[in-house]
Amino acid sequence: MWKRFRSNIGAMVGVVLLVAVIFIAIFAPLIFANTPWQMVQRPFLAPFAMESLPLGTDTLGRDVAAQLAYGARVSLLVGLVSTLVALLIGVPLGALAGFYGGYVDEGAMRFTEFFQTIPNFALAIVLVAIFEPTLASITLAIAIVSWPPVARLVRAEVMSVRKREFVDAATLAGLSKPRILVRQVLPNTVSPIIVMASLMVATAILLESSLSFLGLGDPNAMSWGYMIGAARTVIRSAWWLSFFPGIAIVITVLALNLIGEGLNDALNPHLSRKGKA
Amino acid sequence: MKHLKATTFLIAAALAAPLAAQEAGGRLDIVVQPEPPSLMLGLVQNGPTQLVAGDIYEGLLRYGTDLQPQPLLAKSWEISDDGLTYTFTLNEGVKWHDGEDFTAEDVVFSADVFLRETHARLRASLAYVESITAPDDTTVVFQLKEPFGPFISVFETGTMPIVPKHIYEGTDFANNEMNATPIGTGPFKFEAWEKGSYIHLVKNEDYYVDGLPYLDEVYYRVIPDAAARAVAFETGEVDVLPGGSVENWDVPRLTEMDNVCSTGSGWEFFAPHAWMWLNNREGPTSDVRFRQAVMYAMDRDFQRDVVWNGFGNVATGPVSSKTNFYSDDVTIYDHNPEKAEELLAEMGYDGEEVRLLPLPYGETWQRWAEAIRQNLSEVGINVSIDSTDVAGWNEKTSQWDYDMAFTYLYQYGDPALGVSRNYTADRIQKGSPWNNVEGYDNPELDEKWFAAATMISPEERQAAYNEIQQEIVDDVPVAWLLELEFPTIYRCDIKDLVTTGIGVNDGPRNAWIEQ
Repeated sequence: MWKRFRSNIGAMVGVVLLVAVIFIAIFAPLIFANTPWQMVQRPFLAPFAMESLPLGTDTLGRDVAAQLAYGARVSLLVGLVSTLVALLIGVPLGALAGFYGGYVDEGAMRFTEFFQTIPNFALAIVLVAIFEPTLASITLAIAIVSWPPVARLVRAEVMSVRKREFVDAATLAGLSKPRILVRQVLPNTVSPIIVMASLMVATAILLESSLSFLGLGDPNAMSWGYMIGAARTVIRSAWWLSFFPGIAIVITVLALNLIGEGLNDALNPHLSRKGKA
Repeated sequence: MKHLKATTFLIAAALAAPLAAQEAGGRLDIVVQPEPPSLMLGLVQNGPTQLVAGDIYEGLLRYGTDLQPQPLLAKSWEISDDGLTYTFTLNEGVKWHDGEDFTAEDVVFSADVFLRETHARLRASLAYVESITAPDDTTVVFQLKEPFGPFISVFETGTMPIVPKHIYEGTDFANNEMNATPIGTGPFKFEAWEKGSYIHLVKNEDYYVDGLPYLDEVYYRVIPDAAARAVAFETGEVDVLPGGSVENWDVPRLTEMDNVCSTGSGWEFFAPHAWMWLNNREGPTSDVRFRQAVMYAMDRDFQRDVVWNGFGNVATGPVSSKTNFYSDDVTIYDHNPEKAEELLAEMGYDGEEVRLLPLPYGETWQRWAEAIRQNLSEVGINVSIDSTDVAGWNEKTSQWDYDMAFTYLYQYGDPALGVSRNYTADRIQKGSPWNNVEGYDNPELDEKWFAAATMISPEERQAAYNEIQQEIVDDVPVAWLLELEFPTIYRCDIKDLVTTGIGVNDGPRNAWIEQ
C-alpha cells in the first residue's frame, strides 16, 4: 500500500507541502521573534521591502509572515480536531444504522437527514453566533455540520460488508452482534473513512477561514480567514495582506486533497482510475 | 491642531468675505449612512436623522465651530444678570413649509409640550425650566428655577427642533401621519423618500433669509456598503462623504484625488470622545493603580496615527478640548510601560484575565482593540477580546457585564450636558449604556459637578471645571483614548459646506457650488 502511495507523484507533493505547513506551525515561535499581534514596524510595509519582514506588515504594522505561521496553527488545529469530533459522531451512528437496519436505521437516517437538509455554512454561522466565537465553539460547529456524510458513508459500507460470508461465519461461531460489528465489520470499512477524513480536514480549514472572514473567528486567535477578512477593506492599496493568507489556504487545502486522492488510489486499487494502478 | 486652526481661520475669512461671490443653483448628493429610521427630528435624534432633517427643521440658534451661539430662528437673545431669564426675539416673516405662519406659540408648544414628551436628553435640561411663555408673536421667554450654566447651548436644531403646533397639537405625536412628510421652517423642503435609495429635498423658496439657500436641491443617498460608498464618491455619483461614511484607510486615497477637499471641522458641538469603560466595581479594574497602569501602558499616539490615520487628538481627560471649560492642567499619561509595570507590581496584579469588549462598528474599532490588547499584554496584563454585535454590546455595557469596554459619546458643547452624566453617582443606573456605566462613585466630586452646572459666571465655571478635571484624571474612572475626528470629504468646488459646530447637519443652508 505504501508503495502504491509513494509512486503517486501528486500524493507525495501533497505530503511534502503538508509536512512543511505542519513544521512551520509547530516551530512558529522559534522561527519568528515577533508574535502575530505585535506592532513591529510602520503599517502597510510592502513585502520584500525589509529583510526582517519578508512579507511586509499589515494595517497596524504587524509582521504578516509571523501571522501566517501562527495562522497555520489555528487552521490545522481546527481542521484536525473538528474532523476527529465529526468522526466520533458519524462513525458510530452510521455503523449502528447499517448493521442493525430496521427502526434503528430509519431513526438514525432521519436524524442525519435533518442535519443534511440545512445548508452547512448557514448552520455553522448560526451555531458560532449563538455560542460566541471561540476556538472551541468554532471547532464544535464545524464538526456538527460535517458528520452527516460520514454517517452515510459508514452506513453504506457496513451494509455491504455485513452481507459477506465471513460475517456469517462469525455468527455461526457464536460471536455476539456488537462484537461482530466492532471486530469484524468496522475494520473492513476503515479505508474509505480515512480517505474521507483527509478531505474533511481540508473542508474544515476552508470553513474556519470563511467564518473568520465574516468576523466570526476567535478574536484572540490569529487565523488565515481573519487576515483576509481584515485586509478586505484595504485590498486596493495593500494586495499582499489578502494574497499571502489566500495562497496559504490554497496550498494547505490542495495538499490535503492530493493526499486524500493518493490514499484513495492506494487503499482501493480496484476503484482507482485507469493507468494509475 | 495646526491644521484645524487653519481651517477655522479660512471659514472665518469666508464668512467675512462679501456675499457677491456666491452662486445660486446646482444639486448636492450627500451620503447618508445608515438610512435614517424617520425624518421627524422631534421624535428621532440619531445621527442619520440629524444629518438629513437638519435641513428641514431648525432650532432657535446655531453654534459656530467655537461653540458661540449664532442666530437661526431667533435673531437675537438676552440673558438676565441672575441667569434665570432667557428672552429670544424671533425672525419675522418665517413660514412653515406648508405656508402657515411660524410664531412664538410654535416654540412654546415644541419645547414645553412636544419635546418634553419625546426628547429624553432635552427633558433633562428642561428640568431647570420654570416656565416657557410667548408674550407676543416674536418673543419667547424661558424662565429658569435656578441658574443652569449650559442652558444657552440647548437651542441647537438636533437638541431643540421647533415643530409645527398646527400639525401636532392634540395628536398622538408618534403616530401622526404627517411624520412621513415632515414640515419644518428650514432652508429645504421634503420632496420624496425612495426607501433604500435616496431622500430628495428641494429648495425652500420662501426661506426667511434673503438669497438662502443657494442650492436647488439636495439628494441624500443610501449606500449600505463602505467600499461602495467610496466608489460612488470616486465615480462622481456623490459629492459629499460626511464623517464616518468610509473606512479610515480609504480616506488618504480619496483625499489625494483631484478636486477633493476634506475637513475635520464640523464636529465641535458633538466633540465625540472615545474611552474604555473600566469596571470600577470588581476585578483588577476596581484598583486605581491598575487603571492608571492601563493609561500608562497604552501608546495613544500610535492609536491616533495608525488606527485613526492621524485624525483626532489624544484625550487628556473627561472633557474634550473642543468643548467649553476644557482644561489641560491635569496629569498627563504618556506611553510609559515601565511606570505601568511598577504600578501593577505595587498592587500585586496576579495575571488575572481581563475581558475587553470592542465596539462592533467595523474594522477600525476591531483593530483598535487589538492594538490596545497588545499594549496591555506588553506590560503583563492578560487581556482577551470578547466578540460581540451591536445588541450584545448594548446588553453587556448596560448590564455591567464587562471589565473593559470601548465606547464614544457626544459632549454637546458643555460638561454639564455631555460629560458629568458619565461620572456622577446619581447616574449609576443599570439598563443604559450612556450613563455612569463604570460605577465611579465619588460624592465629593459629585458636589462639584452639580455646583459647576448651576454657576452663572463663565469664569467661575471654568475654575470649578479645572478643579474637577484635575481630580478626576488622577482617579482614572475610565481610560480616556482619543478625541475622535470624522473627516468630511467633499469636492473642492462646493463652498461653505462646513461652517458650524454641527457641520454637514446644517451645511446645505449656506453651501454653494462654484461653476
